[in-house]
Amino acid sequence: MNETTLSLERLVDLYRLLVLIRRFEERASELRLAGFIPGFLHPSIGQEAVAVGVCAALGPNDAITSTHRGHGHMLARGADPRRMYAELYARRDGYNRAKGGSLHMIDTELGFLGANGIVGAGIPLATGAALQLKRRGAGAVAVSFFGDGATNEGAFHESLNLASLWNLPAVYVCENNLYGEFTRQDKHQTVKDVAVRADAYAMPGVIADGNDVLEMLRVTSEAVSRARAGEGPTLIEAKTYRHRGHYEGDMGGYRPPDEVSEWLARDPIILFGRRVVEENGVTQQQLDEVAADVERELEEAAAFADASPHPAPEEALEDVYAETYEGAALR
Amino acid sequence: MRSVTYAAAIREALAEELERDEQVFLIGEDIGESGGVFGVTKGLIERFGTDRVLDTPISEEAIVGAGVGASLLGGRPIVEIMFSDFAALAMDMIANQAAKTHYMTGGRLTAGLTIRLVTGTAGATAAQHSQSLEAWFVHVPGLKCVAPSTPADAKALLKAAVRDPDPVCFFEHKLLYNRKGEIDDEVEPFAFGRSRVAREGTDVTVVAYLKTLHDALDAADLLESEGLSLEVIDPRTLVPFDREGLRASLEKTGRLLIAHEAPVRGGFGAEIAAIAAEEMWETLRAPIVRVCGTNTPMPYAPELEGFVIPDAARIAQAARSLVGVGVA
Repeated sequence: MNETTLSLERLVDLYRLLVLIRRFEERASELRLAGFIPGFLHPSIGQEAVAVGVCAALGPNDAITSTHRGHGHMLARGADPRRMYAELYARRDGYNRAKGGSLHMIDTELGFLGANGIVGAGIPLATGAALQLKRRGAGAVAVSFFGDGATNEGAFHESLNLASLWNLPAVYVCENNLYGEFTRQDKHQTVKDVAVRADAYAMPGVIADGNDVLEMLRVTSEAVSRARAGEGPTLIEAKTYRHRGHYEGDMGGYRPPDEVSEWLARDPIILFGRRVVEENGVTQQQLDEVAADVERELEEAAAFADASPHPAPEEALEDVYAETYEGAALR
Repeated sequence: MRSVTYAAAIREALAEELERDEQVFLIGEDIGESGGVFGVTKGLIERFGTDRVLDTPISEEAIVGAGVGASLLGGRPIVEIMFSDFAALAMDMIANQAAKTHYMTGGRLTAGLTIRLVTGTAGATAAQHSQSLEAWFVHVPGLKCVAPSTPADAKALLKAAVRDPDPVCFFEHKLLYNRKGEIDDEVEPFAFGRSRVAREGTDVTVVAYLKTLHDALDAADLLESEGLSLEVIDPRTLVPFDREGLRASLEKTGRLLIAHEAPVRGGFGAEIAAIAAEEMWETLRAPIVRVCGTNTPMPYAPELEGFVIPDAARIAQAARSLVGVGVA
């Protein structure tokens, strides 16, 4: 697949999603500083093209597991920013009814099986989801997002071995942003290209420009086609960069300034906007309108979150179990 | 009624659940072609095929993770952990993922899987193949914990576990696998949280489960000739725990002895003791006593192993001491 097969509307929509993620997270950062958001935030600013390109290759029955840096994956999948902000605000209308926050957000209707607070934990879960989708025989795939740091976890090794052995319809997407938390990649693993690890599991390992949304869409579409055709899993390594620190509040001072400015110059949103204007005849005015629409949507989403009720303290005791038993309180 | 072993009862439950619901599947190490190291799953792969009985690599985190992931999309996996000690390798998937899914998603998603944990000593199985780790799991909100002591309960409760929407840790004691018991021709599941009076008595309530339950029954036999009457309570499920069953027994006896194979420190017996002390204080007329494993790893030599885990003689001796103290 390449850009010539995408309609102008589709291209503009990809741009809209990139801007939506960027602005959702920039605003979340401001809202947190203003005291509206009590918990952690791990922004994916700079990595938006991975989320948007990958999710654009998926169908409605596919499943996704995400990471601690998951807002972009969820928005790219079509989640409602109002309910996402409501969750970040810890309000009742949030996706997880204020029980999860940023690290645990889900949308079951979108097959979004959750962000995750444990590095690498989404990888076995996606592998199990792929197993279930294969058993169901519906031709659906499971995608797991994770970072370069997660590829040093045992969960990565065990899962890719199992998925390859069982020929599961899984796509493993490593967002290599060059840092595992605060530690540069060359200090946490000896390989430069995570994709080479695919050889150990006899599955294809593909390197892609994670700041190029159309390239991400193309390589993911190929991996998804293979998986749907029963040809097994693929490991995709998206080379990208986190514009900010590991979490909001981390200034990222451990990164060389030259490296930061080099990647800022390759901002995925600027690159894509320029490209669709120069090559596809989209006008700057159209892009500006998209950006203005996003601002309105997010303004409304934050207002929705602010208007949503706080949970009652006793709600803390609910939802521990799906089923309880009369006369045997699960205390 | 038939007489079957605990292992056969579990196998029957697995087969009947595989038969009943096509979303049910088994996943674990050497459970298929080999039939499991204790033979529990013998014959199931021949009957249900490799799509329903999945032999895996030695990858506990991926095995449990695959079970959890499949359950999120409607699968009903039954995961086998060959020795419960190996659950340490899968603890993130059990404690951080499965246990918390329902809660942290505000009740919108649930990991409905059953994890069979093969527990306790089999005799000279030493420190890494013998542990009784139920306290680890009982301590994690979101998990239900089942510890059946008889073939009939093992069959009924395993069927209940598979149908339960929540993650269930199902503990099976190795030394019970060959022990026979009477079961009905048709065994229906029953709700968790209902204890059983395994033997009626009047002087001391003994709460015990898994193999230790049988040691407690042997102790009751020993003491009968001495004129001391033990009431033996089998909780059957640890989470949920049947408080009313405990209270009813304590109202009769006024004395509580708790026995389990796991080390005494922080064991489930401490929780039972705390429940009794906090909620049933007025029924007690003597201090609560625990007869449990020592705070040591499991040793290898039979005489060392026998020293660290409770047996009928030790339970009987503790019961004798208990009736000699406290208020009349």
